[in-house]
Formats: sequence, C-alpha cells, structure tokens
Amino acid sequence: MHELSVAESILNIAVTQAQNHDAPAIERIKLRLGEFTGVVREALEFAFEVARQGTPAELAVLEIEIIPLRTKCPNCGCTDKPAGDFCLLCERCGQPVEILSGREMEVEFVDLAEALELTKRST
Amino acid sequence: MERVSVVTDVRKANQDIAQENRNLFEACGTCAINLMSAPGAGKTSVLEATIRQIAPSYEVAVIEGDLQTSIDSERIRALGVSAYQITTGSVCHLDARMVAKAVAEFPVDGIDLLFIENVGNLVCPAEFDLGEALRVMVFSVPEGAEKPKKYPLMFHTADVVLLNKIDLIPYAGVSLDELWRNVVEVNPRAAVFPISCKTGQGMDAWVGWLREKVKPRLCRMLRRDEL
Repeated sequence: MHELSVAESILNIAVTQAQNHDAPAIERIKLRLGEFTGVVREALEFAFEVARQGTPAELAVLEIEIIPLRTKCPNCGCTDKPAGDFCLLCERCGQPVEILSGREMEVEFVDLAEALELTKRST
Repeated sequence: MERVSVVTDVRKANQDIAQENRNLFEACGTCAINLMSAPGAGKTSVLEATIRQIAPSYEVAVIEGDLQTSIDSERIRALGVSAYQITTGSVCHLDARMVAKAVAEFPVDGIDLLFIENVGNLVCPAEFDLGEALRVMVFSVPEGAEKPKKYPLMFHTADVVLLNKIDLIPYAGVSLDELWRNVVEVNPRAAVFPISCKTGQGMDAWVGWLREKVKPRLCRMLRRDEL
C-alpha cells in the first residue's frame, strides 16, 4: 500500500505551491500517471482522500491522466506498442526497445484558491 | 482561481535523498546493492550463501528491512558480518530516507559491499530508489513462470535477476525456459542466474559475476597479500 506514500508526496508538492503563493486552499491537482508504474489508480485515489484530510487540499480534486506505455526500437525504429503483456522486445526485429512514455508520475499543475475568492464563498 | 504549472516528479523528494546516499556510498567506495523479492523467495538465504562465498575477500555489511523483528539481522551477524535492522512497522518498502537514517548510525566507511535487503514485496520497492549502485532481485521458481508478466516493474528495474530454488523445479512443475523468457521480455538487459542457495547450484556463476563487477579495494588486497 505504497500509494499512501505517493499521495503524501503529491500533497507535499501541492501544499508547497499553495504556501509559496499565499493561497489558502488547493482546488485541483493534476497528475500525469504512467501505465508502467507501480501505482494503482484506484488505490491512489483512496489514499489521497485519506491523506488530504487536515491539509489545504482537503477539498481538492485529484485529476489523473493515464499516460500509455509507448516504446521505440533503436534498431528498426518500430514504435508499435508491445503486444499486450509488457513485452519489451521489438515485435518486428526482436531487439530490446526503449521506453518513450509510461513511467511518468508527475504533478503537472495545481489550481489554487485566492484568499478573496474563499472569503466571497464563505459569506 | 490561479493555475500554477508545477511539472514535478512525485518521486523527486525520495530521489533527492537517494542521490545524497549515492554520493556518500561513492565517496566511501562502497557498492550498495538493493536486494528485492516477494516474501519467502529466499533473499536472506541467498544473502547468507553469497556472503559465505564472498566475505573472505570483501568487507561486507548488511542493512535489513522488515516490517517487524530482527530475525534477519541476527542471521547475518551469526556469519560474523555487521548488520543493521530497520523495522518499518507497516510500511511495505524501504525508502531513501530510512536508508539515510540507517547509514547515519551505521557507518559504511571501509565497506566494499553493502547489501540492503528490502521488505519482501513484489510491487512497492520497485518505485523507491535508495541510492543503490545495483538492483538485485530474487525470484523463486515455485512462484510461477508467469509472474514477470504480472508484476513487470520490479523485474524491469532489476540489474540482476536470481532465479532461486531451482532444486524445486521437479516438484513445482514450472518451466525454467518459460520463466527465463518472460524475464527477458520485461527486462532484456538483466543478467539472469538460475541458482539454488540450498544446494549451491549456480552460486559460482552469480558470485563470479559480482566479483567481476565489484572489486575489493586494492590497498586492502595488498595488505592481505603482505600478511
């Protein structure tokens, strides 16, 4: 259940941004998550709900974009995704392929509430 | 509402500390090896068998990671090798901060080979860089030939895959060829060694590879020769 550590790291990044911008709250966190990472989306969403409590991201939405595994063969240039089951040998020539995408785990942006907006909303 | 572009890797905080660990290991001339596997694949037994073969000519130390108990570090100390136990409580993997804390109390100066035995888990440890120079994965043959496809990430990130318990092949009904092929498909670059730490089969090839990769320090070798 390392998704909790991952959720905490995401929150640390977002909360640091909120502090740097004097924002009272975080409204949205956008995450780019590669298909070939050790993170399960559903487990991360659940862990995020637990970890955000008591932080400025308490009401934040975690938006997750799944980035597919894409590869390229340095030998023949073939960029077809390896068939189904994570075979990292080229379908055409059998050589090891390079991973172009699918290992991402990155916070792309955060939407921060402005102090004024929050006051407006609470009145 | 203000949108702030961040573009920061979630693993960065861990990686920064891992890099500090790596710098420390390099400065000490220590090769750190992150040893990973599912629970029960035989990490500690492989470690004991490896240490028995390699310890006479190398200075070895071990950091043990477990949820609970210090059983493993006691097993290592019984071989005359110093060991430090990290108990993670409920955390399913070691991270770079835990290792940094360990080496602050357990100096690696003068150590050629530092084995860091991770928590038994086939998924989580793969995403956490500890600052190691080598990742060695132990996979026991009876776990099944299809596992590299089901749990590709740890196989993919390993430099070495040790296929342990080959003495059990006749009883487990697992094809070593099929298993080996599946390992290569998710990690074409890995060095793969079929071994049995119980019978000793294949251990020479693995330890020979390790000796080639990691040389003990010349000054110590000279000193030993003079004795």
